[in-house]
Amino acid sequence: MIIQATASNPRTIFLSQLRSFWQHGDRLFRLLLGFAGLLTLLLVAAIGYELWQNSALSRETFGWNFIVTTEWDPALNRVFGALPFILGTLITSAIALLVAIPLGLGTAVFLAELSPGWLRQPLGFLVELLAAVPSVVYGLWGLFVYIPIFVRPLAEGLNHTLGFLSLFTGPVYGPSRLAAGLLLAIMVFPTITAVSRDVLLAIPNSQREAALALGSTHWETIWQVLIPYGLSGLLGAVILGLGRALGETVAVTMVIGNNLDLSASLLHPGYTMASIIANEFTEATYNLYLHALIEIGLILFVLTLLINLIARLLIWQVARRLSAEVRA
Amino acid sequence: VISVAAHNSRFKQIWRKVVNAAMLTFTGMATILVVAPLIWILGYVIQAGLPAITPAFFTQLPTPVGVPGGGIVNALAGSLLTVGLGALIAAPVGILAGIYAATNPNTFFGLLLRFGTDVISGVPSIVMGIFAYALVVLPQRHFSAESAGIVLAFIMAPTIIRTTEEMVKLVPGSLREGSLALGAAEWRTSASVVLPAALNGVLTGVMLAVARAAGEAAPMLFTAFGNPFMNTDIRQPIATLPHTIFVYAIAPYDDWHAKAWGTALVLISLVFVLNSLARLIAWSRVRRLGSVIRN
Repeated sequence: MIIQATASNPRTIFLSQLRSFWQHGDRLFRLLLGFAGLLTLLLVAAIGYELWQNSALSRETFGWNFIVTTEWDPALNRVFGALPFILGTLITSAIALLVAIPLGLGTAVFLAELSPGWLRQPLGFLVELLAAVPSVVYGLWGLFVYIPIFVRPLAEGLNHTLGFLSLFTGPVYGPSRLAAGLLLAIMVFPTITAVSRDVLLAIPNSQREAALALGSTHWETIWQVLIPYGLSGLLGAVILGLGRALGETVAVTMVIGNNLDLSASLLHPGYTMASIIANEFTEATYNLYLHALIEIGLILFVLTLLINLIARLLIWQVARRLSAEVRA
Repeated sequence: VISVAAHNSRFKQIWRKVVNAAMLTFTGMATILVVAPLIWILGYVIQAGLPAITPAFFTQLPTPVGVPGGGIVNALAGSLLTVGLGALIAAPVGILAGIYAATNPNTFFGLLLRFGTDVISGVPSIVMGIFAYALVVLPQRHFSAESAGIVLAFIMAPTIIRTTEEMVKLVPGSLREGSLALGAAEWRTSASVVLPAALNGVLTGVMLAVARAAGEAAPMLFTAFGNPFMNTDIRQPIATLPHTIFVYAIAPYDDWHAKAWGTALVLISLVFVLNSLARLIAWSRVRRLGSVIRN
């Protein structure tokens, strides 16, 4: 106040008042930071809004029936239903998790508990490189290498031995739901492995020492002490992997065969929500068709949002309990 | 369980040891099975892609089916343009939001931002593609490189925000406090003390985001759309590396398959070099980076 009172020039007074109002630029800086943050958060809302707006025709025409209709006939009757795609996504993701949970968790246990120190870093690096391979490269490799060399012989074997089950009826195709599921398994390994490794590493050593001191074997320590202790984090890792499998697009589109097959056979080609969008989006010649595809995108968005919300909450909860920095 | 173990019969003791050995072996086998596909993929991409790599592959435009020669220079330029545009949008916003998350860790908005970022990183890229289509392509009524740049910015933002946040948090509090005690304003402290100290780490985040965005094919299907000709106009459709691989791979021509493998080799080399560089930069700074890099 004294300084302001003695300053004779009104311009100096104004400038100093302005400076103190903006706290020498800090208020502006905080506004800028907050604005950037807000922009990020608005993104989620904006995605939801745009998908909702641009699927209006389809939502009004088919209502909730969209989710339970098996018909997809853009050419003649202009009837659209998402059930085959929802089922296709769920089936391929289920196959992926069935394979990836034991192998991914096993690898995490090996990396966190058993691996010698010098091997831990390089192995961790390899797992993270696996996450960095672009999905279109997975698709290319899946289509020309993985299917003919691994998946097709496996499918033929399954058809021979278990062909009486409706899951494994023939004829055997190369591109199939099984191929997509088994490729997705490889793609979710890194997610499941890396997050659950971090969860295991965050468990205090006293837990291990106590179990070993009481006479547990190494495996009993892992199975009866460590895994229950970090369970919610491990569950979070698996759900995060599920989220990745649900939304995977290009690789799946390349190996699933893209066929509206309504049989239960895993050996037949199928479709997923993401792959129908990838395949037909640019071919949608009239608005209802386009809106039906965008509504599938909306379903996928809501599904992955929920899945991710659950996974993050589980992982955050375990991180807070262990007061460790486990994030995924 | 353990009290039972104390008066176990000899048979049970042996059984426990057998289970122990079997399960520990299983975890080792699982590790091999998880790492094996990576080596298989890398080996095959190199083996099948190398024959396609010639100087002309990097300098020529694609040729029609059956005409020998031709390259992917349009896709290289397109990827550079779209990813560069994406980084230009995502980096400033992402770095500012990351600083916010790091400096306000326990406020409601700070937590919401961290949580929101984690959630966005889980939104499938095809959904992001539809969003950009509705936002940019529909109003403009044509596919364009700028719509591709925008969708790639959305995909990059979470990685940049999270890495920035982690790296800024690693800057010792004493540095920040020292600057504030000398009378520097908060923004001055952030801009000329904290950010330079965290710069390596922030750069790591941007590089990882670029590596991830460069491999995205799904949203390119209906934003960049592809273009067999050279294009540097951001308002026109444009070819990108991942989209080129997709188109070549699903076409029924052996000639194109060979080019798909060549392009895959180029793309995977690019992504791995970026990833390794990012990790090298960060190696000395953070062991924990592993938790930042995924997704």
